[in-house]
Amino acid sequence: MASDIFSFEFKGSSMKMNEKQNPVNYKIVTAHIIAGLIFLTVAITAGLLYSLQFLNKYPLPGIEFFSPGRVRMLHTNAIAFGWLLNGLLGGMYWAVPRVSGYSVLSRHLSWLIFWVLQVLVLAAAIGILAGYGQGIEWGETPIFVDPFITLGLILIAINFIPPILRTSRDAPLYVSLWYFTGALVWVIMVYIMGNYVPQFFIPGAAGAAIAGNYIHDLVGLLVTPIGWGLMYFFVPVIIKKPIWSHTMSLMGFWGLAFFYPMQGIHHFMWSPVPMHVQYSAVVATIAIEVVVTSVLANFILTLKGSGDYLRTNYPIRWFYTGMVFYWVTCFQCAIQGTLTVQKLIHFTDWVVGHSHLVMFGVFSFWLMGIITELWPRLTGREWYSMSLHSWAYWLNTLGLVLMFIDLTIAGVVQGFTWWGLNHFMDSVKFSIPFWFIRTLSGLMITGGILSLIYNLWMTARSEKVYEAKIAVA
Amino acid sequence: MTGNIKERFSFVFMVAGIGFFVLGFIFQMLGPLVFLKDIPMKTVSELAKEDINAEFYQLAEDYPAEFKKYFGEPTQNAYSEALRLGRDIYIAEACWHCHSQYVRPVANEEIRYGNVSVASEYQNELQMPVLFGTRRVGPDLTREAGVHSNDWHAAHFYDPPSVQPDSVMPSYIWFYDENGRPNKKGLAIVAYVQWLGSWNRS
Repeated sequence: MASDIFSFEFKGSSMKMNEKQNPVNYKIVTAHIIAGLIFLTVAITAGLLYSLQFLNKYPLPGIEFFSPGRVRMLHTNAIAFGWLLNGLLGGMYWAVPRVSGYSVLSRHLSWLIFWVLQVLVLAAAIGILAGYGQGIEWGETPIFVDPFITLGLILIAINFIPPILRTSRDAPLYVSLWYFTGALVWVIMVYIMGNYVPQFFIPGAAGAAIAGNYIHDLVGLLVTPIGWGLMYFFVPVIIKKPIWSHTMSLMGFWGLAFFYPMQGIHHFMWSPVPMHVQYSAVVATIAIEVVVTSVLANFILTLKGSGDYLRTNYPIRWFYTGMVFYWVTCFQCAIQGTLTVQKLIHFTDWVVGHSHLVMFGVFSFWLMGIITELWPRLTGREWYSMSLHSWAYWLNTLGLVLMFIDLTIAGVVQGFTWWGLNHFMDSVKFSIPFWFIRTLSGLMITGGILSLIYNLWMTARSEKVYEAKIAVA
Repeated sequence: MTGNIKERFSFVFMVAGIGFFVLGFIFQMLGPLVFLKDIPMKTVSELAKEDINAEFYQLAEDYPAEFKKYFGEPTQNAYSEALRLGRDIYIAEACWHCHSQYVRPVANEEIRYGNVSVASEYQNELQMPVLFGTRRVGPDLTREAGVHSNDWHAAHFYDPPSVQPDSVMPSYIWFYDENGRPNKKGLAIVAYVQWLGSWNRS
């Protein structure tokens, strides 16, 4: 096992440990990564299938269980809960004990959470395909699964908060732990709010205000803070340098915590939701861009002088590519979140491109970087192939950029055909070439992911024992 | 104790975790609720009581045997049942992922679809959860009532390109029995789509 990562020193809390004291449970990290990759495969298969419907080439027509609409919900939910939540938990099981110096509350609880999560994702997937999807975006998990997911999220908080709390008694918390603390609390409230309130208590436009915030907060208050927390952990560990500015870290966290819960209504601009609430969402949406830029600047300045890592170290390359996409996403938010731009691009494929840039280009890229960083350490095996890393990186990156540009242009075209009062079918006919390219880009992404998975598989089976750091390409 | 209070667990937990979220919840989520509180909330039965639209009576005439079998007579109760089931199908099949349900006051939508949507139209049980939608692969449906005939819808759900060339909507053959006649689901979804915006016709 590598020892470099154990002796990393944080300001304020120094810790050096050997393997016997190692508070990390390697098996649970591995299990979450594998489960995540299985659901990622399911999700991209569902996405590809769904994209074929747009070309009228759906391979399973007329089968109720595989109806394209239901497969779409499977695609998004498998990504959010099956892939991202699994992967992020895997990262947290690695990072939290290392940063805090304490293990999570209980290894038994960790395994309970693991199996509960897999069973629930599976139950949600089957429920959605069987026609029990819920009418809330990102919350399509069937109503009978929701209480169990809520319970699971509470268990996750119970498992992860003790080490954070204990280390807080010794010293100030490291940046990662601010983000994790926030996320562990937010996700419970966000989930309860989004899945129950519009469904059972508040109808219509006021319910839409909550549903809109749920769409936004599931990304913004679950995936984003855990993702950034992991970046604040992995980047300094790999490049062996502290984060450039602590003040900017503080700004980034508190800015996110303050502005993120205030902007979800930008998903329902020009709707019957009261206008002044929409205006306030625009302001918060633009404000967060300032915060995001400061976070990005902080990370880029951290890399200053170590830029060669981008060439030689795949995890760092995945991380920083994801960060650039993150900045593009948020810059896009500040523009598309205005009432003016919404007139044109709302309801179009522009938004679909945007969401792929976030959920795939940012967080999935980060997870693939984390998996690349951890896999040799988890399995104790040397990489099977370095060129497959290159294939995975370039196929995913080029596939995603192609998809993003394609869908963004498609969105503008669709928007203008509607605004220009063309026959509605024009917006469909003009979109066909774009949808064709979208499917191609999806195939590239599939190729990228499969080359990563194949590499992981062959590495785990290989005989070569891991000794050094991830080698130079 | 060393360090800034901002870097302590309790502060992060209470202020960032709970405090800011509650603040956002009050401004962004409870705000709209307070402003819309005077609009009465209607149940499906109340909606059906107000008006059974012409398309529903027509549906009973278009498919008499099937209608009789699944809904009996076109009464208020039958209408409530059909609307509720139709709404459930609309959710289960993710219709709402490709069709929106609100007309915006911009981008010529008034000309294309009809009157701009207002909050009171959504203050009812069938909009719980709200079905605004976020994407229009197909057109907005909130002014759909009466735009097409029941027959058109029946043919369209069975095989969309047969009545709308170039359509990319999938077919929903499980809305039909073995003779190609609409079953309970088929009748309900047509009733629901024909209800959308029926209150808004002059």
